[in-house]
Amino acid sequence: MENSEKTEVVLLACGSFNPITNMHLRLFELAKDYMNGTGKYRVIKGVISPVGDAYKKKGLISAHHRVIMAELATKNSEWVEVDTWESLQKDWVETLKVLRHHQEKLEASSCDHQQDSPRLERPGRKRKWAEQRQDFGQKELLEPKTKDVPKVKLLCGADLLESFGVPNLWKSEDITRIVGDYGLICITRAGNDAEKFIYESDALWKHRNNIHLVNEWITNDISSTKIRRALRRGQSIRYLVPDLVREYIEKHDLYSPESEERNVGVVLAPLQKNTAEANS
Amino acid sequence: MKSRIPVVLLACGSFNPITNMHLRLFEVARDHLHQTGMYKVIGGIISPVNDNYRKKDLVAAHHRVAMARLALQTSDWIQVDPWESEQAQWMETVKVLRHHHSELLRSLPQTEGPDHGRAHSLAPTAVPELKLLCGADILKTFQTPNLWKEAHIQEIVEKFGMVCVSRTGHNPKEYISGSAILQRYQHNIHLVREPVQNELSSTYIRRALCQGQSVKYLLPDAVITYIKEHNLYTGDSS
Repeated sequence: MENSEKTEVVLLACGSFNPITNMHLRLFELAKDYMNGTGKYRVIKGVISPVGDAYKKKGLISAHHRVIMAELATKNSEWVEVDTWESLQKDWVETLKVLRHHQEKLEASSCDHQQDSPRLERPGRKRKWAEQRQDFGQKELLEPKTKDVPKVKLLCGADLLESFGVPNLWKSEDITRIVGDYGLICITRAGNDAEKFIYESDALWKHRNNIHLVNEWITNDISSTKIRRALRRGQSIRYLVPDLVREYIEKHDLYSPESEERNVGVVLAPLQKNTAEANS
Repeated sequence: MKSRIPVVLLACGSFNPITNMHLRLFEVARDHLHQTGMYKVIGGIISPVNDNYRKKDLVAAHHRVAMARLALQTSDWIQVDPWESEQAQWMETVKVLRHHHSELLRSLPQTEGPDHGRAHSLAPTAVPELKLLCGADILKTFQTPNLWKEAHIQEIVEKFGMVCVSRTGHNPKEYISGSAILQRYQHNIHLVREPVQNELSSTYIRRALCQGQSVKYLLPDAVITYIKEHNLYTGDSS
């Protein structure tokens, strides 16, 4: 399939990134290889969107630091970047809204490009257009051949997929729209469990063609929780996170027993919001 | 103040190529030894195996040494030593240990120098110990017939000592209890649990590279660049 016929994809990863680790960065690489390997897609960009402080997760340090660490981590990446829109919002933002924001951004910038770019004519195409002249009006003929807008898809690990089952964490309409309108790329070790999870959910099953399960054959268990624990115990995190991130953490003494106690006793924002709406 | 025994960790292996997992072994082992309160790790050595080991897909030693050197650019305590790879023949691990141990002894200061402000002082007569650093799966290979000489296994655990980092699927305590020699010197075999389970291996890296897949974040960027520049692991040669 020619490049021009492939669907362009932007991978969006939402999460705490508290801190970002080599595992987070691997998700992008695995997803890109997989999607490009299907022959139907071309991954053009990866976006890391750290969650805002209003998420109120236990141990979540300030978004300011988490954003900087993600930027340091992607400094040497040619295609993955950090977006701060979500982290700058005053209130917690549902993942669906973040997806929508990024898709709209792509559509807006795509419009701008279409207005600015010169008419593209491929050799050999003129004749075909001339044939169509009889059918179409003059105006349509003068419009340049436009590229489809790239599609934003949610990139995640199996833990996010399975969190769809946690009561009040997600609105079921949101889940349906995420998989229906956008799509999910889920990197998982236990492919069978993820498939079973999809099978057991009507909403996910309906849009199963829009859920791509990518098997990570080797266990690579570098979770942010373990990183924070290692730091509290004075253990090395070298080679688990990019060097620049490690240096930043050390310089600013970011993670401690105190920082881990942040938001203790506070209800997680989505639980708070969804329970309130359910009760209203 | 109780003084600690200085230790240097030596890792032998193919390093074909070196990965973040190899580098983690050193970090995890050092943390473990320090937290026993008995040791101070003063250095780490990576010793890539000789080409004459003739393992399948082993790329030339000078490449493997160069890649290790690139990987260690940012480390202030681990170095690569090409001595083993430069010998005319492949040599048993115990000989590599003997060589590096005598080098270590030769490099000791002849007179008592100043403390250099170290928090844990070294006992004036403390001789540095050289320990073999490896994955716990190496303990299992001791059982493979004809792979190791019994006398060598004994010398390794008796005269030097081992630091074995556990991998998924291995139960190192089992390997120790299954061998009389290992049991006798189990005080000299330090078993370390790596809390971050990682099945990353050089084999996985080679396969991914062969298939044109990304290995970014599994090994240092500088090593990936070197591999691409020298066209290694493309599957064209073996």
